[in-house]
Amino acid sequence: MLGFVQSTLAAGATGTLTNLDFQLLLAVLLIPLVGYTLQIFLRDKLPHGDKILTGGMFVVMCITVYLASKAIGAVHDGLPFLNHSGDVGMEGGWLYQAADVPSYMNVVVGIFYDPLGAAMLAVVGIVSFCVHLFSMGYMQGDKRYAIFFANISLFTFAMLGLVLADNILFLFVFWELMGLMSYLLIGHFSHDQSSSFFHKWATWASKKAFLTTRIGDCCLFIGIFIFYREFQIAWEGSAAAQAALPDFHPLRFTQMWEMARIVVAENGGEFPAWMTMAGLFAFGGTVGKSAQFPLHIWLPDAMAGPTPVSAMIHAATMVAAGVFLLGRLYPLFSPDVLATVTIFGAITALFAASIGIVCYDLKAVLAYSTISQLGFMVAAVGLGGVVAGMFHMVTHAFFKACLFLSAGSVIHGCHHVQDMRVMGGLRKKMPITFLCMLVCTMAIAGIPFFSGFYSKDAILLAAWGNLIEGQFFSGWPILALACLALGAMFTSFYMFRLIFMTFFGGYRGLEQEHLYTEMLELDGFEGPEPHGHDDHGDGHDDHGHDDHGHSQEVHESPPVMTIPLCILAIVGVPGFAYLVNGWFTHTVTPVSMYGAEVGAWVNAGLPTAIADHNSQLGHTAHNLALIVSLIVASAGVIGAWYFYILRKDLPAKLAHKFHFVYLTLKNRYFIDEIADAGFIRPTMRLAVVQRWIDEHIVDATVLAVGKLGKAFGFLSAWFDRTFVDGVVNAVGLVSQSFGNAVRLFQTGRIQQYAAFAVGGGILTVAWLILS
Amino acid sequence: MGLGAYVAVSAALFAIGIVAIVTRRNVLYILMGIEMILNAANINFVAFNRFGDNGLDGRMFAIFTIILAAAEAAVALAIVLNVFYLFDTVKPSDADLLRE
Repeated sequence: MLGFVQSTLAAGATGTLTNLDFQLLLAVLLIPLVGYTLQIFLRDKLPHGDKILTGGMFVVMCITVYLASKAIGAVHDGLPFLNHSGDVGMEGGWLYQAADVPSYMNVVVGIFYDPLGAAMLAVVGIVSFCVHLFSMGYMQGDKRYAIFFANISLFTFAMLGLVLADNILFLFVFWELMGLMSYLLIGHFSHDQSSSFFHKWATWASKKAFLTTRIGDCCLFIGIFIFYREFQIAWEGSAAAQAALPDFHPLRFTQMWEMARIVVAENGGEFPAWMTMAGLFAFGGTVGKSAQFPLHIWLPDAMAGPTPVSAMIHAATMVAAGVFLLGRLYPLFSPDVLATVTIFGAITALFAASIGIVCYDLKAVLAYSTISQLGFMVAAVGLGGVVAGMFHMVTHAFFKACLFLSAGSVIHGCHHVQDMRVMGGLRKKMPITFLCMLVCTMAIAGIPFFSGFYSKDAILLAAWGNLIEGQFFSGWPILALACLALGAMFTSFYMFRLIFMTFFGGYRGLEQEHLYTEMLELDGFEGPEPHGHDDHGDGHDDHGHDDHGHSQEVHESPPVMTIPLCILAIVGVPGFAYLVNGWFTHTVTPVSMYGAEVGAWVNAGLPTAIADHNSQLGHTAHNLALIVSLIVASAGVIGAWYFYILRKDLPAKLAHKFHFVYLTLKNRYFIDEIADAGFIRPTMRLAVVQRWIDEHIVDATVLAVGKLGKAFGFLSAWFDRTFVDGVVNAVGLVSQSFGNAVRLFQTGRIQQYAAFAVGGGILTVAWLILS
Repeated sequence: MGLGAYVAVSAALFAIGIVAIVTRRNVLYILMGIEMILNAANINFVAFNRFGDNGLDGRMFAIFTIILAAAEAAVALAIVLNVFYLFDTVKPSDADLLRE
């Protein structure tokens, strides 16, 4: 029986979300899906398909923002935002209820809408709409324009579904759908035969992204299995759990949290070992999806896809999914898991930021910056600052989407050159792009009162909170703090380096002699070569045929591309960022995320400084975080200004002097090479061996069996022909010859017959008489 | 004269009829042979009726046989005519379609 379970909605009359809101959430899911279906089947036959899909996404954005504002309002008024037991999430869904199985074996497909989901949903809605709008300009004239729109729409659908999923299995379905869509979108240019660079790169990069994230996905799946099985066993053996959760579904988030609390309470306050193991596996999913060390290698290559796709992957979807999963599973993580999470996150934050310093490809800088920022979020969750991590995910989604779209705008304006060494001085030529990018750079660098400042501050606060609470030098908190602070400084440095190299100074272009000419000749371009990409499709039709790559005149992008930039940048500016900070931190708290009981339990496990901002420790940690944050941000800005405005010759000299360091960074710590030598090549070699085995042993066996069969067949045929056929023929022959013999009597002459009859009669009579 | 003489005549007549049927080359002779055989039977019926104590049975059968012979002759002649049309001959040895 497939019934619609909405009892939780009906129960909460005091809640602020109505049934209509629930239907709006369904609409949010259906609009992109219907758009995708229309577009993928009709393709170019659908008139104005791009406008229809973008319009649909506008509706989605409006709904998500409306519902999020409702959530903020409800929490502000002290109302229970939600209907389910008065505090957590709006739950409703389709329940597969087979009559004769226990409840935990039922599959639940439902919608779960809580403050965190509300925030994330609004982010996905806004960013997706901006990306759609931007793509209308950026992808204009692309050969697979319609398919691109269809795919990006389904990509959005996947992320929306992931955010709204009310159980981890349902989440995993969307998780995998997102993996597939990222594969298709990164490989968008792999069908583009006109540009061998993009053709090869996109094909390879899409495979790499798909396979690398698959490792993480396998881990997550194993984690889900362990949680399911062990929770079920724990529920069966615990009277308290059965009383608290009569209809237990081990995969539903709300019940997993509650169950975790009960399990830990019954285990004497300690997390059982299986929870640590399952948590580590689930974190493996985040490592893959959110590009954490060492599975980060797919993300920089993901920029082989069109720039709007990069904006999508790096901001609202895909990588955000991993962090979002951490937010959803946080109560299930034991301290050991959290320590692991912190270490991976902190290492990733520092490590990726250091690579960002030496990249010259505009998009590569942003790609490594994304990895680094994801490291910040993951480390924040590990340090107990789950709210800080989620908040950074939200602010990062806006400024990183804006940065990527701005980069797309710059690349579009510079005729598909991505190397910053041939840019420069674009400030006056692309004023809107410059302003938007500047705002977002200040946000990501953590300049005070821009959005990133608040979220990064919260993360550093989490690190300080752990450090103060535990004894000094207690291991991973200090490592985390050092990595994060240094990472933040690098972030500020490379982002302003990007701004200075791209928008300040004079326009360098291709032909003139300039600072980087020698370097360019030596190392070659990063990203696509400046020439030979004229017909690669995107973005050329709107500015005539004459200036295709020949004249290098740089121009501002059309409004359809700059408007999304402005929308996204607004979130980052001071004032608005303050509002967003207030909304988020007041709306999303452990209690509002996980419910009163679990939230209180989660809070009890946190350092005081994080759990209570108004405590003495909280203030101390906050001040320390503020100081560190200000120091690293300004150090980065000043450093970038010194190296890339004042003393432009210094970077090259330093690179020469510390050649080994430079080479290591330039080659991205040789991770790709290590992966290549350590995993890919052994795998390939194994494949070769297997192929040999296949060819020489398996095939030979198969062939031998075949030959044996054939020989047996011959034998059988011979026997058949000789003996079986012989018997049949012999029978035939005998009948035939007998027939021939008998036929002699059959003359057709009636007189003869009469004579026989008479003769027979005489003989009969004679025999009768004689005997 | 006793019964034996009649039976002897009848047997002779029967034998002549058989020989005619088996040996003659003309179908009309064969028909004659058949008539002889029937009359041989008639002689037997009448003779046994005369010497036996059977009322009128033998004589009645003789009359039946004569009627039957008449009908037979009519049918046989019709067959002979058809055979003649079909084979253009009345030699029984040539009409050997039954062999097939």
